[in-house]
Amino acid sequence: MDLNLNAEEQQFRDELRTWLDANVPKDWAEWREKPLDETFPYLRTWQRKLHEGRWAAVSWPKEYGGRSATLMQQAIFWEEMARAQAPQMANALGLGLIGPTIIAYGTEAQKKRFIPKILSAEEIWCQGFSEPNAGSDLAGLQTEARLDGDHYVVNGQKVWTSFGTFGNWCELVVRTDANVPRHKGLTVLLVDMKSPGVDVRPLRQMTGESEFSELFFRDVRVPVENVLGRVNDGWNVAVSTLMYERGSYGARLHLLFKRSIDRLVELSRTIQRNGRPAACDPLIRQKLAQCYGEIEIMRLNQLRAFSRITATGVPGPEGSILKIFWSELNQRLQQIAQELLGPYGQLLAGDRRAVDKGIWSYGYLRTRGNTIEAGTSEVQRNIIGHFVLGLPRSY
Amino acid sequence: MEFGLNESQLLLRDNARKFFAGECPMEEVRRLMETETAYDQALWAKMVEQGYTGIIFPEEYGGVGLGKVELILLMEEAGRALLPGPLFSTVALAGSVLDATATPEQKKRYLAPICSGHARSTVAMLEAGASWHPADVQMSSASGKLTGEKLFVPDAKVADFLIVVARDGVFVVDAKAAGIEVQPMEAMDLTRKLYSVRFSGTPAERLGDAVGLARALDVATAALVAEIVGAMQRTLDLTVEYAKMRKQFGKPIGMFQAVQHQCADMYLETESARSAAYYAAWALEENAPDAAVAISIAKMYASDAGRTVGNRGIQIHGGMGFTWENDLHLYYRRAKASETALGDSTFHRERIARLVIDSTATSVQSA
Repeated sequence: MDLNLNAEEQQFRDELRTWLDANVPKDWAEWREKPLDETFPYLRTWQRKLHEGRWAAVSWPKEYGGRSATLMQQAIFWEEMARAQAPQMANALGLGLIGPTIIAYGTEAQKKRFIPKILSAEEIWCQGFSEPNAGSDLAGLQTEARLDGDHYVVNGQKVWTSFGTFGNWCELVVRTDANVPRHKGLTVLLVDMKSPGVDVRPLRQMTGESEFSELFFRDVRVPVENVLGRVNDGWNVAVSTLMYERGSYGARLHLLFKRSIDRLVELSRTIQRNGRPAACDPLIRQKLAQCYGEIEIMRLNQLRAFSRITATGVPGPEGSILKIFWSELNQRLQQIAQELLGPYGQLLAGDRRAVDKGIWSYGYLRTRGNTIEAGTSEVQRNIIGHFVLGLPRSY
Repeated sequence: MEFGLNESQLLLRDNARKFFAGECPMEEVRRLMETETAYDQALWAKMVEQGYTGIIFPEEYGGVGLGKVELILLMEEAGRALLPGPLFSTVALAGSVLDATATPEQKKRYLAPICSGHARSTVAMLEAGASWHPADVQMSSASGKLTGEKLFVPDAKVADFLIVVARDGVFVVDAKAAGIEVQPMEAMDLTRKLYSVRFSGTPAERLGDAVGLARALDVATAALVAEIVGAMQRTLDLTVEYAKMRKQFGKPIGMFQAVQHQCADMYLETESARSAAYYAAWALEENAPDAAVAISIAKMYASDAGRTVGNRGIQIHGGMGFTWENDLHLYYRRAKASETALGDSTFHRERIARLVIDSTATSVQSA
């Protein structure tokens, strides 16, 4: 057990820090509060720049444009990005989830065709997994693909697609065989979003914005060479993508949470409660300290899981406690912010009296989604119960 | 950066697990808890043979010279076995305080016999006010003598000497000295007996330098958190085993999500407490700037999570969980004692608040 950075990690961090110091755009603060469709070209440019420095996909193998970074180096990467207040990358799903899946399951031709443009943000990727009647029960999905010569013909509907309106390509899970057990009839297709018959409609969420879309497919023709992995082996391909989602996502959140609690501590020194600063109120102190401690434990859980994955080689079900931990913690964090801010907590970005440009009212609403997206807390607990503790499957 | 155990640490942990399973199974725990002191000389001698009583102390005093991470691995296994008797009191409490405050000459007289197994000891700190802030201690020495009463002193009856925290320093008192009266306090945990200790003009020897006391208590706190983690793991294991075996409505109850999800939460709580405990021990060992915060985070979390895991475990066991015959309540009793010992979660949250809200250094992270 040694939580000091080793020589290679130190070197990785120093090189990255130097690069970020020189390259993180200075005007990001003016852009960050704007809606995504306005900032998207900006984020594309930023990702291209990262790619030029070979920093866009550090976890990827060197031969595919990455740095073959260890999990600890990946954790360092996200911490440094957050520390430098760097913008996010435009092609988040392509880099984080879909690229690694293509590298793992794709043909040489697919890798050559798709990987470079994922890195350069020339082609933005989205994920077509959930459906109106297949959310947690993903294997129940109904979007079907029928073989017609050298094409699949796709019909159906997807929902909760992040980056749907920006997506050039989609990792789409479809049913190719309805006559076998549900998990065994699925296939993953790589679908050009410009194909005739694809319709994208933004989905307005409870925060008022549209991070997600609904996708409609009507007789969309997809060439057979765009099957990812084997036909009817789509369940394994899709699960591998979901594992990347659960494994790596929490890593980049720690510093954001850390910044939030530091800000709440700062606010507690000026906000008055019972005639004195809230920082002197015993109850507020207790709540801030609890949250502060849990944020640290989230980091430690992550590091321990990384060490375990490094030892065993694959992301495993232990990622599920990370997802539950960060999502529920984020909700508690936002609740404490609301208690601290009182009536000001409800003010939206547009109100001139809003604290911190309305991030706390936004965060309060947005974090309700945290325990639903990327696998609900209930599904995560099923995964722990069955795959970690060995209890009989409950569903 | 590597947050896993190395080979010798894994070996130590596995050996300790085997040792406690073999030498102190639950039948033995139940036998000892019915005795006056829960202490067994033969078991103690075997632990001494393993080097457990000297695990973290310098070799010049007969110790093994291992680090805090090794200490908590041992204590985690002791907690899993619900080890009765004064290992925690002697090593994690008294030994740590001696190591941090005694002069070399005093260490020869007090720490060395702990390492060699000839002496058992404990720390007497709490008084009627039951505060874990050393500043709240009222007792003072007068002409080298102590007068007053200490409460909630673990294992005092089997101690050969007691470490006493007073306003004007830390003292060591011979258990056979004049004017000492040790009375049992009847408390929930049957495996770690608590006592009141009354001093009436009792001669006491001042230990070298009280400055190290806070840090020694942090070492003891890390050890206690590790014990809690071990007990949580055992409670989780027993509960999962039961949920797989017990059938109602024709199905194992572990198939019902109301049960399964509670087991998942027990797992999350246990692993999270373990992460916090391991890091706290490492931070202490490395003298990391955030060591004190890390200790308080670990105790804050484990104090609450230990109790919660016990609650869930008993609930899932249903009627069985409410019986004397089932072992869960023995762990549950220990969890309550450990929850308040060395400061409960409220105490440690306030300590975190002092360290991070009241100071300008708001960053836990050293990197």
